[in-house]
Amino acid sequence: MIVDIKDLRKTYKGGFEALKGVTLGIKEGEILALLGPNGAGKTTLISTICGITNPSSGSVTVGGHDVVTDYRAARSMIGLVPQEINLEPFNKVIDVVTYSRGLFGKKANPAKIEEILKQLSLWDKKDARVMMLSGGMKRRVLIAKALSHEPRVLFLDEPTAGVDVELRKDMWDVVAKLKEQGVTIILTTHYIEEAEAIADRVGVINGGELLLVEEKAALMQRLGQKTLQVDLQAPVERVPESLAGYDLELAEDGHALRYHYDTTGESTGITRLLGDISAAGLQLKDLQTEQSSLEDIFVGLVKEDAA
Amino acid sequence: MNYTAVWAIYSSEMVRFFRTIAQSFISPVISTSLYFVVFGAAIGSRIDQVEGVSYGAFIVPGLIMLSVMTQALSNASFGIYFPKFIGTVYELLSAPISFFEIVLGFVGAAATKALFIGVVILATASLFVDVPITHPWAMVLFLVLTCVSFSLFGFIIGVWAGNFEQLQLIPLLVVTPLVFLGGSFYSISMLPAIWQKITLFNPVVYLISGFRWSFFGTADVPVGLSLLAIFGFTSLCMVIIWWIFKTGWRIRA
Repeated sequence: MIVDIKDLRKTYKGGFEALKGVTLGIKEGEILALLGPNGAGKTTLISTICGITNPSSGSVTVGGHDVVTDYRAARSMIGLVPQEINLEPFNKVIDVVTYSRGLFGKKANPAKIEEILKQLSLWDKKDARVMMLSGGMKRRVLIAKALSHEPRVLFLDEPTAGVDVELRKDMWDVVAKLKEQGVTIILTTHYIEEAEAIADRVGVINGGELLLVEEKAALMQRLGQKTLQVDLQAPVERVPESLAGYDLELAEDGHALRYHYDTTGESTGITRLLGDISAAGLQLKDLQTEQSSLEDIFVGLVKEDAA
Repeated sequence: MNYTAVWAIYSSEMVRFFRTIAQSFISPVISTSLYFVVFGAAIGSRIDQVEGVSYGAFIVPGLIMLSVMTQALSNASFGIYFPKFIGTVYELLSAPISFFEIVLGFVGAAATKALFIGVVILATASLFVDVPITHPWAMVLFLVLTCVSFSLFGFIIGVWAGNFEQLQLIPLLVVTPLVFLGGSFYSISMLPAIWQKITLFNPVVYLISGFRWSFFGTADVPVGLSLLAIFGFTSLCMVIIWWIFKTGWRIRA
C-alpha cells in the first residue's frame, strides 16, 4: 500500500466531525476515484493526507512515512491539485511552476518543466501572466505545479468541476499517461462517468465515512445485472415447477415474475425463459427490464447512510 | 534543512521587489529628500545643534529607522498575508518544509528589502549632509537586527490579519506613532521632564537611541539598554512565531 489510512478522524474547531474513522489502503500505481456529494469529507480527507489540516486521531502513511511525524519524506512524494483555483495572479506561468518545484526541494530542471508544460498544452503560454489565462488554462497550471516536483502520488480534488469537455478529455489523457509512469492517482469527483472512465477502483464517501471501496470491474459487473419483470394476466401462487431452474422471484402479489440476468454473459436466457413461461400456460401481460447504474448504487448507499 | 525551498520562497519574494524596483528605489530617495528640505533646511536652519551634531545630520539615524521599521513591517506582513488571501498558502502547507524554513524565506526577504532601503536612505542623506559613523559595526548590527525583528513582527501581523484593514491596523495605529514619538526627529532631552519619563515606556526609543549612538557616540539611554531592547524584541517575536507554528494558529486547522 503506497497510502495507508487508518481510522482517520477529523473534528474541526466548533465540533464539526468531517471524518469519522476512515480506513483505506491505496495500492501503488492505481487510480482511485472517491465519489461523494458536497460536504462528504472528500476534501478534508485529502487535506489531512497532504498536511493542510492536522488529523484529530488516526494515522496516514505515504510510502511508509507517517504524514505527521515524518512529513518531509511523506510530502516529498505527494502532488496536490486543489479544487479552488489558487494561483499567484501576477506571475508568469513558467515562474509559478518552477517555484513549486523549488518549494518541494527538487533541483531546478528546466527540461522537465518544459516537458510538463508541453504535455498540458501550456508551453506557448509560459510567459503569460497567470491572470491573463482562462479558467481552464489556470486549472492546467495547477496541475503543472503539482507535477513539477515529480510526485509518486497525485491527488486531484475535483479536477474537472466546471471544466469544458475538451479539457476533461485532456485531463483524462494526462492521468492515463501518469498511470503508465507508475504514478498513483487519487481523484475526487461528483461525476460518476469520470470514475467509470478512468478509475481502477471506486470509493464512495458520505458524511465523513467511507461506505464502499470496490474494483471498478466488480462494480461494473453489478451494473451489468439486469432484471426482467414479466407481468402476468392472472396471478399465480407460486413459481411453476417447470420454471424452477430460472431462480425466479414472485412479485406484486403473484402478478409478476422477476428474472435476474447478466448482460455481459454470452446468453441471457430470455428467449428460453419466455418459451418456458408460455409452455407453463401463463399469459403474459407486459414485459419490462431495469438496470442498476453506478448512480443508483451511489444514491442508494448515500440514502441508506442518511437514514 | 530544505535550502532549495527556502531559496524558492526568498527569491520569489525578492522578484516581487525587483519587479517594482523603480518604486522601491525612488520612493525612499524622494521621501528622504523631502524630509531634508522640510526638517533640515526649513526647520533645521532655526535649530542650531543637537548634542553637538548639526540638526540635519542628527535626524539621519531616525529617518533610516522610521523607513526601515515601516518597510520591514509592511513587506513581511504582506508577504505572508497575500498567499493566505489568494489561497496559495495550501502549497506552503503541503510542501516538505518546516515552519522555520517558511519564516526564513519570508522574513529573510522582507529584512533584505528593508536593509536595502535603509542603505539607500543613508546614501541619499550623505548627499545633503556630512554623516559621521563612529561605530560602524554597531551601526550594522542595529540596522540588521531592526530589519529582522520588525520583519518577524510583520510576519506575525500577516498571519493574524483576516483582512486588509487588519493588515494596516497595527502599523498605522501602533507602530507609526511609537516611531514618531520615539525620538526620530528630536532628542529626548528636548522634552519636558515628565515626558522624558513617559517616553521611556516606548520601546522604539531604545532602538533609535542605540542606532544614533553608533553614528555620533551620544545616546538618550545607555547603549547596553538599547542592545537589550533589540535582542529582547527579536526574541519575543521569535517565541510568538514558534507558538503560532506549534499550534497552527490561523494557518493550519
